Amino acid sequence: MATDTGMKGWTRDQMAARAAREMRDGFTANLGIGIPTLVGNFIPPGVDVTLQSENGILGLGPFPTEQEVDPDIINAGKQTITELDRTSYVSSADSFAMIRGGHIDLSVLGAMEVAENGDLANWMIPGQMIKGPGGAMDLVAGVRRIIVLMDHVSKNGSPKFRTRCTLPLTGANVVDMLITDLAIFDRESRGGPFRLIELAPGVTIEEVLAKTEASFEI
Amino acid sequence: MAEKLRANADIALEGLLFDGMTIAAGGFGLCGIPETLIQAVLKSGVRDLTLVSNNAGVDDFGLGLLLAEKRVRRMVASYVGENKEFERQFLANELEVEFNPQGTLAERMRAGGAGIPAFYTRTGVGTMIAEGKEVRRFGDSDYVMETGIVADLALVKAWKADPYGNLVYRKSARNFNPMVATCGQVTVAEAEMLVPAGSLDPDGIHTPAVFVQRFIQATSNEKRIERRTTRAEAA
Repeated sequence: MATDTGMKGWTRDQMAARAAREMRDGFTANLGIGIPTLVGNFIPPGVDVTLQSENGILGLGPFPTEQEVDPDIINAGKQTITELDRTSYVSSADSFAMIRGGHIDLSVLGAMEVAENGDLANWMIPGQMIKGPGGAMDLVAGVRRIIVLMDHVSKNGSPKFRTRCTLPLTGANVVDMLITDLAIFDRESRGGPFRLIELAPGVTIEEVLAKTEASFEI
Repeated sequence: MAEKLRANADIALEGLLFDGMTIAAGGFGLCGIPETLIQAVLKSGVRDLTLVSNNAGVDDFGLGLLLAEKRVRRMVASYVGENKEFERQFLANELEVEFNPQGTLAERMRAGGAGIPAFYTRTGVGTMIAEGKEVRRFGDSDYVMETGIVADLALVKAWKADPYGNLVYRKSARNFNPMVATCGQVTVAEAEMLVPAGSLDPDGIHTPAVFVQRFIQATSNEKRIERRTTRAEAA
């Protein structure tokens, strides 16, 4: 990014800002917990986006001031939140009718692994405490476009963009775009291969190839 | 009019509880949970419960109270990451857990309450969730069959109840409560406010009285916040 001075790769904010550029005017979007939540801070001016929260809010507002805190208004991450003049509250069944019925344009999610065929793993590691899938499996099954934000490699340096996922799947062939701290991969259809479309500042193709197990087009 | 209002939670649950039963409870996280009724279930001593609820509460609140006293044999939930005692029992194999995708869980209760024994959904196809279940092709996609849930007892938290048992929820505290209300053989509701007949807009009732067999004035309305997140003034 232009403001970057000698730093290699993208920060989490920069990854979120890049994902926000995929928003289109009039979109309804669902942002996952963690870095994806930051995407809401970077929606470009003039692009009107309605944020949906799967616990039953269509039209999420900003976090409340201390005075505005209402325990009956929380987002899917269980954080206190506010409503807007467009907000509607719905039951969980209606909320997931929006999601599973294909009425949500875009979802941004985190991941443990993404495979070159679009498979996504982000809900469990065998042998460890399993917290459960929450709404992630519904989102990837029903939302029209899925963008994944994740670090390019794991903490021990192993590739997270892989030939096949090694962890149990959240969804098969569901990822449309992958944004990491090093690069962006996109594909035109769920039948096709991923293509490297952007490199982060200071990152070379050689470095991306060395840190990626998946095959992709350049 | 058949009187549905009961004097308190203990009386409302009289004759409904038995060991090994299945209880569905409304709420998302700690938002919109039937606090008063959960405490009464705990007090009753009933055990070997199967609980159906999106979450399992936290260690000292909500359904976590039942877990802490080892009253739960099996949990059907979508996300349980906020409870250390749950984690301990789960890893020690003291607790059976069935994970459902959140939308699947909501739909299973909606279907159970609507007399629909099963339905097909794309959610979970190609994952562990679909293992052992029928997968069927409709058009050009695969769908997994999921079954409806009918619970022995359903517990819901409402904002307002009129004397007939018509319910209105408040903001995102609605969440699973409307589906839970439909899926009980018997449904007991607790309401923050009891309001006079005719004071609810008939067009704005979320759970019509037919789904509610008994209700009480809620005496626990703590509404604990799990993640209090605020911004500075003037954003």
